[in-house]
Amino acid sequence: MRDKRMTADEVVATLSDGMTVGIGGWGSRRKPMALVRAILRSPLRELTVVSYGGPDVGLLCAAGKVREVVYGFVSLDSIAYDPWFRRARESGSVLARELDEGMLQCGLRAAAHRLPFLPIRAGLGSDVLALDPSLRTVRSPYGDEELVAMPPIALDVALVHLNRADRHGNARYLGPDPYFDDLFCLAATRRFVSCESVADTEELAALGPPQALLLNRMMVDGVVEAPGGAHFTSCVPDYGRDEPFQRAYAEAASADEDAWAAFVDHYLSGGEADYQRAVRAG
Amino acid sequence: MRQPTRAEVCVAACADLFAGDGEILASPMGLVPSLGARLARLTAEPDLLLSDGEATLLTASGVAEGWLPYRAVFDVLAHGRRHVVMGANQLDRHGNQNISCIGRHERPDRQLLGFRGAPGNTVNHRTSYWVPRHSRRVFVPAVDVVSGVGYDRDGGRFHDVHRVVTNLAVLDFGGPGHTMRLVSVHPGVTEAEVVEQTGFELAQGDVAQTRLPNEAELALLREELDPRGLREREVRS
Repeated sequence: MRDKRMTADEVVATLSDGMTVGIGGWGSRRKPMALVRAILRSPLRELTVVSYGGPDVGLLCAAGKVREVVYGFVSLDSIAYDPWFRRARESGSVLARELDEGMLQCGLRAAAHRLPFLPIRAGLGSDVLALDPSLRTVRSPYGDEELVAMPPIALDVALVHLNRADRHGNARYLGPDPYFDDLFCLAATRRFVSCESVADTEELAALGPPQALLLNRMMVDGVVEAPGGAHFTSCVPDYGRDEPFQRAYAEAASADEDAWAAFVDHYLSGGEADYQRAVRAG
Repeated sequence: MRQPTRAEVCVAACADLFAGDGEILASPMGLVPSLGARLARLTAEPDLLLSDGEATLLTASGVAEGWLPYRAVFDVLAHGRRHVVMGANQLDRHGNQNISCIGRHERPDRQLLGFRGAPGNTVNHRTSYWVPRHSRRVFVPAVDVVSGVGYDRDGGRFHDVHRVVTNLAVLDFGGPGHTMRLVSVHPGVTEAEVVEQTGFELAQGDVAQTRLPNEAELALLREELDPRGLREREVRS
């Protein structure tokens, strides 16, 4: 079986400008932050980011990597709003395709199932339809109910972070919620999973019940071992959210240019190992 | 027992939102609605289901009784057995709610959360709102972006915007043409004060005084549900 291990920088080297990148996790929970940091280090630009948004979206906006965000919300959970996303929206520097959260799931599922649309009730009557004139409704052939015809949200790339994976791309979450990471992988052409640690397949199997093996080999093209790779979002039970660090991020992002430059200089100007070292040093 | 505070009146009013709901998922967002839902389960609505705010359904005594990851929440809302209490940055007299942004959506003056689940919630099952600071900034003639669907739009056959609880009053949509109506004012609040803080004309019938939580409810709230009194920070007396 293929050994799919690679580094975060190798993953990002396969991406190109203008791609549609789906990012797993949810808000400030189990985000593939090491992969996001690798994008920050790269020259990539003009990305369309599809996300249940958190600081992944914020950091990519801060670094000027984003052309458009497709999202249901962007939040840091314990802090209501991500300041960088907010700034990007208020300065008009990114396009926004804002959907109901369930519509986002539905669009990913339509892509995963290779369907032209899936019907959903969410969106009717709200401004979702008014703000996205490309959205259409569909009338039931079995009655006259009209529903939103949610089109597929096809991804060029999916980036997700799980607790454990083997070198072939089987992967397991250990926390309470899988979020939508399997769906992101199914909706994407190229799929990359980072994990806290790579385990042998037997070890991976022994870590819990089979139903928590969220990803299988068919769904993954590359495996990145990235301990602390979801930091500063939560990755339970390996670690919770680093609340002081998240506050420091939000404060630096909300303050003046110097504060942000200092944050970037301290944490984001080197490689992943430098980042993890700086985090440990405080 | 000490007189109920304003925050405690609000918690009881939030508990009353779930009256008659039976065996459905209560999804309160924010502290006061969460305390209200838990209070309802310990009193009049023992069959309510409540999550820990993440992926686990907990019994009243904190035992995990079920799994409810986000993907399953979308199944529950489509199935309809849910009553959500959302926040609102803006609400209008028809019950349209905005949590998306202030100003023009293409370039907002203030970016907020985004649509979140508001469009899906409001067309699938009963929805209520909690507003901790009742003001003309929130209660506006017209919302900037319709996240939650109001009664002047076609919300379909499951649309059911129930009530709005604020730090001043309880409101519903029993006014002419399903417009917002003042149901009760909290003790110490006048009708004039609510009218003054609302940016559109409120329908008013027989306005009552919001009920006080009884001694059993106060004991549960103060000793069990919120012994640290965090509710007092969300609503000042």
